[in-house]
Amino acid sequence: MELIFEKSVAGRKGFDFGGSDVPTHAHIPPHYARWEDAPLPQVSELDVVRHYTRLSQKNFSIDTHFYPLGSCTMKYNPKFTESLARLSGFTDLHPLLAQLSGGEQWTQGALQILYELEQWMCEMTGFSHFTLQPLAGAHGELTGIMLMAAYHKARGNSKKKYVIIPDSAHGTNPASAAVAGYETISVPSNKDGGMDLEALKAVVNEETAGLMMTVPSTFGVFEANISAIAKIIHAVDGIMYYDGANLNAVLGRCRPGDVGFDVMHINTHKTFTTPHGGGGPGSGPVGVNEKLARFLPISRVVKRSDGVYVLDYNYPESIGYIASFYGNFGLLVRAYAYMLMLGKEGLIDTSNHAVLNANYIMKKLEPYYKICFDRICMHESVFSASQQAQRGVHAIDIAKFLIDQQIHPPTVYFPISVPEAIMIEPTETESMQTMDDFISKMIEADKLSRTDPAAFKEFPKTMPVFRPDEVKAARDIKTSFFSTDL
Amino acid sequence: MLKTIGVENIDALFADIRPEHSPKSFDLPAGLSEFEVVRRVTALSLKNNVHVTPFIGGGFYDHYIPTVVPSLTSRGEFYTAYTPYQPECSQGTLQALFEYQSSICALTGMEVSNASLYDGGTALYEAMMMAIRITGRHKVIMDGGVSPIYRKILKTYTHHLSYRFDETPVVHGQSSREEIYRLLDKETAVIILQNPNFFGSIDDFTDIIQKAHEVGALAIVSVYPISLGLLKTPADMGADIVTGEGQSLGLPLNFGGPYLGFMTARKKYIRKMPGRIVGETVDFKGQRCFVNTLQAREQHIRREKATSNICTNVSLCALQAAIFMAVVGKSGLKEMAQLNLDKAEYAKQVLSRIKGIEVKRSAPTFNEFTLHLPKDASQVVAAMMKKGFAAGFPLGRYYPGMERYLLVAVTEKRTKEEIDRYAVALQEEL
Repeated sequence: MELIFEKSVAGRKGFDFGGSDVPTHAHIPPHYARWEDAPLPQVSELDVVRHYTRLSQKNFSIDTHFYPLGSCTMKYNPKFTESLARLSGFTDLHPLLAQLSGGEQWTQGALQILYELEQWMCEMTGFSHFTLQPLAGAHGELTGIMLMAAYHKARGNSKKKYVIIPDSAHGTNPASAAVAGYETISVPSNKDGGMDLEALKAVVNEETAGLMMTVPSTFGVFEANISAIAKIIHAVDGIMYYDGANLNAVLGRCRPGDVGFDVMHINTHKTFTTPHGGGGPGSGPVGVNEKLARFLPISRVVKRSDGVYVLDYNYPESIGYIASFYGNFGLLVRAYAYMLMLGKEGLIDTSNHAVLNANYIMKKLEPYYKICFDRICMHESVFSASQQAQRGVHAIDIAKFLIDQQIHPPTVYFPISVPEAIMIEPTETESMQTMDDFISKMIEADKLSRTDPAAFKEFPKTMPVFRPDEVKAARDIKTSFFSTDL
Repeated sequence: MLKTIGVENIDALFADIRPEHSPKSFDLPAGLSEFEVVRRVTALSLKNNVHVTPFIGGGFYDHYIPTVVPSLTSRGEFYTAYTPYQPECSQGTLQALFEYQSSICALTGMEVSNASLYDGGTALYEAMMMAIRITGRHKVIMDGGVSPIYRKILKTYTHHLSYRFDETPVVHGQSSREEIYRLLDKETAVIILQNPNFFGSIDDFTDIIQKAHEVGALAIVSVYPISLGLLKTPADMGADIVTGEGQSLGLPLNFGGPYLGFMTARKKYIRKMPGRIVGETVDFKGQRCFVNTLQAREQHIRREKATSNICTNVSLCALQAAIFMAVVGKSGLKEMAQLNLDKAEYAKQVLSRIKGIEVKRSAPTFNEFTLHLPKDASQVVAAMMKKGFAAGFPLGRYYPGMERYLLVAVTEKRTKEEIDRYAVALQEEL
């Protein structure tokens, strides 16, 4: 399909700003002025509408397709949260308004949403304080690790050097720790998908700043030894970090703050079904216990004794500003509305159904694909296509087969410690019929791998493109319509 | 389903969570119907007053968003899609991001763009880290005209790392060449500049950037994209990395987010860039298509050795900006910028006639400028609020000693009548 730039016709316009109603016509002094007009597209509004509508039709999305993408929690995004977030009382609100003297009275609705959402997140997770400011899950991780660093600095723990991370962790964990100035140590998992306690003990010492754990892990396994692990880390004054990527599996069943964790982040797109947007914007609120509360970023939203919500900047030990304002407010409104609708019972049901659905698929596919851990899983299960790979059909080939079946592929090749990994997370919003259809397609793929493995090299057949040449993309780099050869 | 799985009840699925790990409390409100939620959240939205006439900017502006922009981005095929890791079923998002990158390059004049970062402040932080990686040096010079909000963000992320920060003052509204040249040396990794600066003044940094390059340092310029309809591009000034807040490109103010951080650079630095980058390639049938490229820089491949910990970009916001830039287009951006300039200049004229107000004129401005008032600006702002105006941003909040200075923004949305009423109201408060 043509690029919007290739549809340009000289002089064509998509929008008219109308004339000016002021008598002034000013000029930028030549020394400061642009030499040539920016070569943006020259298209009509209708050109734009057709172009982007057609582009949208080249996407799979939750609204159009089943998306059993492990670790990504692609559940339905209800429409009412979307329309509430687009109310002009939210979208037209300037963030600096709340910082002006007297400005709090103009922003009470927004501040109340932030305040209440923080309170609910605390109750849901067992932490004493939350900040909603981090702009994505990884941003929450970085914030959490900076809080860890601030804690050690305040305690005079000058030897702290390492953050320990299990091998099943998302890549953001070691990257976040590294950005915050720590070195990382990876510990292996045991045969049940839990943490190898002996391996952990071997690396923990006074240089251990903390441990980052995803619970349930990316293997879909709940760590049974969590209390023992917390004890080992706390014995050296280390901080326990809970990566909330999979919190949606344990709502109402376990609160990280109760079982030894000191800090966590929540991915609102997972637990609170804020939309993925084709890769963001995200939102990664961070919760802490009393140990870390005084280091939280500013501003913080507080409720005065007269019931008025205000921004408070007076925390001398705070790590400071981590973003310009108060978080990705538009997403927080969606999370707030979703939480209001679900309530306590709804949240518990969410996890119940997510885990039920994941186990149903695991059980049905077990005869055809090698499972990594022979046990009940949580919200997702990890298979290996190693048997199929022996027939020449790899996880990526099965993924491309599924695309032709109008199903978004599961996550493949993650966790990285599992060869030919296929990670399946159906989420709580899918029906049994949708899952049965997916299961039958997975079984069909296995059968085809026995009868005609060569056929897989042709998939996907029904898409506008067929297996892009990624090596060429990285070698002959072209990242803009205007770039020639890089 | 339970029978298929082979368990008696749902609780059996959670047997790994031992009783001692059960919640100590889970005291949350009962759920509500959709109707009740809509009523309650709508009522909260009405407690915010968005009917004040905004003359406030500070890097975040009240621009008109053509209806077609949110209409297209609210298509479920866009906003409920995942990150385009499977290119065959994500060509819509991938091509739109490629077009976004192209438009951002067109706007800034730079050669390469990534597919977006969280916001303007974090983009500036990522750019600084990128410059430190490229030069292998640890000294940063920060111009005092860079947004104080951004400067605070940069300090948060680096105060525990061993970088040296020097801030240089703003003199007569513009960057102090004298002070910058005094600090520039062979240890300097980067000089960070902003155009227009936080006080609204415009500048041409060509001379500063040339001096920085002479000692092997890089230059980052943070820009306001709408101003680039008229202002000299950072590429023409010689900048190495350009970032900015893309909110003004068709995104609502939204009480602070989601926004759009953009980042562009000279092509030779592309492998040091953080964040997702979309590249053009062909498929094995020879057709043009788009993929996430140079992923070996990123955390999901490189883990602790990645160029950044960033996982997500802000795809939907980038899409929104891409559509905005397409519909406004080549001539529209210039017209829009001209309207901003004309209305701000008109406001300056009207306000300068008021006794007691001094419009700072030491440097040219775009759509934002600084007033000196005869009394505390934050008191004036509070009084103006009662009259239905968000009168501006009192600079004393971030610049001690500037309590009587007010930063005023005038976008294309402000009418002559609003500006005139604003001037009358302001005069009454002095």
